Amino acid sequence: MSVSMLQEMLDAGRFAVTAEIGPPKSCEPEQVRKLARMLKGSAHAFNLTDNQAANVRMSSLASSVLCLQEGLEPVMQMTCRDRNRIAMQSDLLGACALGVHNVLCISGDHQVFGNHPQAKNVYDVDPIQQLMIFRRMRDEGMNWGGEPLPQPPQPFLGAAANPFADPFEFRVARLAKKVSAGAQFVQTQCVLDVERFQRFMGYVRERGLDEEVHVIAGVIPLRSHKAALFMKNKVAGMCVPDHIVDRLRRASDPKEEGIKLCLETIDSLKSIPGVHGVHITAIAWEEIVPRLVQEAGIRP
Amino acid sequence: MIIAERKPLTEVLEMLDGSGEITVLGCRSCTAICLAGGEKEAKEMSEALSLHSELKGKGWSVRPITVERACEKEFILPLQGVKGTVLSLACGVGAQVVQEMFPMLQVLPGVNTSNMGAPEGIGVFVEKCAGCGDCILHLTAGICPIARCAKSLLNGPCGGSQNGKCEVSPDTACAWDQIVRSLTTQGRLDLLERNIPPKDWRPSRSGGPRRTVNVEAMPGDSQKAWRDTE
Repeated sequence: MSVSMLQEMLDAGRFAVTAEIGPPKSCEPEQVRKLARMLKGSAHAFNLTDNQAANVRMSSLASSVLCLQEGLEPVMQMTCRDRNRIAMQSDLLGACALGVHNVLCISGDHQVFGNHPQAKNVYDVDPIQQLMIFRRMRDEGMNWGGEPLPQPPQPFLGAAANPFADPFEFRVARLAKKVSAGAQFVQTQCVLDVERFQRFMGYVRERGLDEEVHVIAGVIPLRSHKAALFMKNKVAGMCVPDHIVDRLRRASDPKEEGIKLCLETIDSLKSIPGVHGVHITAIAWEEIVPRLVQEAGIRP
Repeated sequence: MIIAERKPLTEVLEMLDGSGEITVLGCRSCTAICLAGGEKEAKEMSEALSLHSELKGKGWSVRPITVERACEKEFILPLQGVKGTVLSLACGVGAQVVQEMFPMLQVLPGVNTSNMGAPEGIGVFVEKCAGCGDCILHLTAGICPIARCAKSLLNGPCGGSQNGKCEVSPDTACAWDQIVRSLTTQGRLDLLERNIPPKDWRPSRSGGPRRTVNVEAMPGDSQKAWRDTE
């Protein structure tokens, strides 16, 4: 039996929706609860970011538990930037003990981007090795050091994939590495360049990876051409085609245009073979998520 | 070689406050090659300190001494008889060997020792090796991701690699982009498909300060004694 509804959905071949919740830069649980109540029912599971962009925020584990208490299924993100293999395994055991089973293994934005650029990073392991460690804990019932676990954790293991980073030819190989390391689902960087994403998915199918892993494609509603330019110029590993920037710039109501654009993207993604869901990132515009899933016809 | 750069003069002056006799130690090895602490730099520093002392009435007596290699005891004998303060323009290793050999001296760092690297152009030096103690260059086309990837990823590149550059800075090459290119050139792309498992960091600094023993280099009697204790 699966402990993750997200896993059940995906394994049953249904189109999954996940959405992002950014934990607050404070210890107010109400901030997470408010977002959780507003977003409840708009997605199958919700990603709680782990000190996103290397800024100190409420921990992803604590935020995940707050979401659970509100009746939402969390996807706990865990970066390799801030913890070594000891802390990682400890956090996984803690998460599973508290009922958090979806775990997204990621390298994390480098600390130079955040509010503590003076910090020392960890990177004891990389996300592929993190997946190897977690899979051994679950499937072999032992920690990485080889000690048996009386009750092995049962995580549903996720990873990130960025079809828009370079070198392009290697992106699918890297996804294959993640799959062979234990990734059961991947959430991709936000798709704005659909054509490039289609090429990426072509390679994914060529290698048969679509049969081995659930690909959840990222989407982002953009509120203005300035937001698009910010993504293009300031966010690492993003690809924003000029025609999107122009379209938002020319629009009489940029917000509505952004929503329309996002709906069109979701529509295109739904028809790409191997895409098993979408992941909506609407940081600081979370209230738009219920409308997006409604109008896209993907509301759970 | 070991790459170092000169500390800002204001920081050096602050450290030296209260000194009397100052010896500026230059080293003809690594720090000379990276133009941070060779004979020329030691002489310049010495002159700058004398001038400062004269202008501010510090009463310092300053002179430069440059040795062949500050990290080996045999080479720092010219410092015998020196008193007071030594401003070391040798790397952090040299500074510590000098301090160990002459405990009565106050050895101060005149340079920031940074990394093990190589010159990339005139006056430009790039880190190459992190001294992790367990070399994997055979798996990565001779390019070290531990030293040269900002996240030390062993199965990279991460999602921040774009146009051959690292997400950390447009001036930084993505090591994994270089590895992929290099493996492509060598026709060894199969290596990229192999997952490198979590690394054993014990031979690195994470295992505590390291001591390397080369028994072959020991005199015969010591070799036997060492092997008996092993």
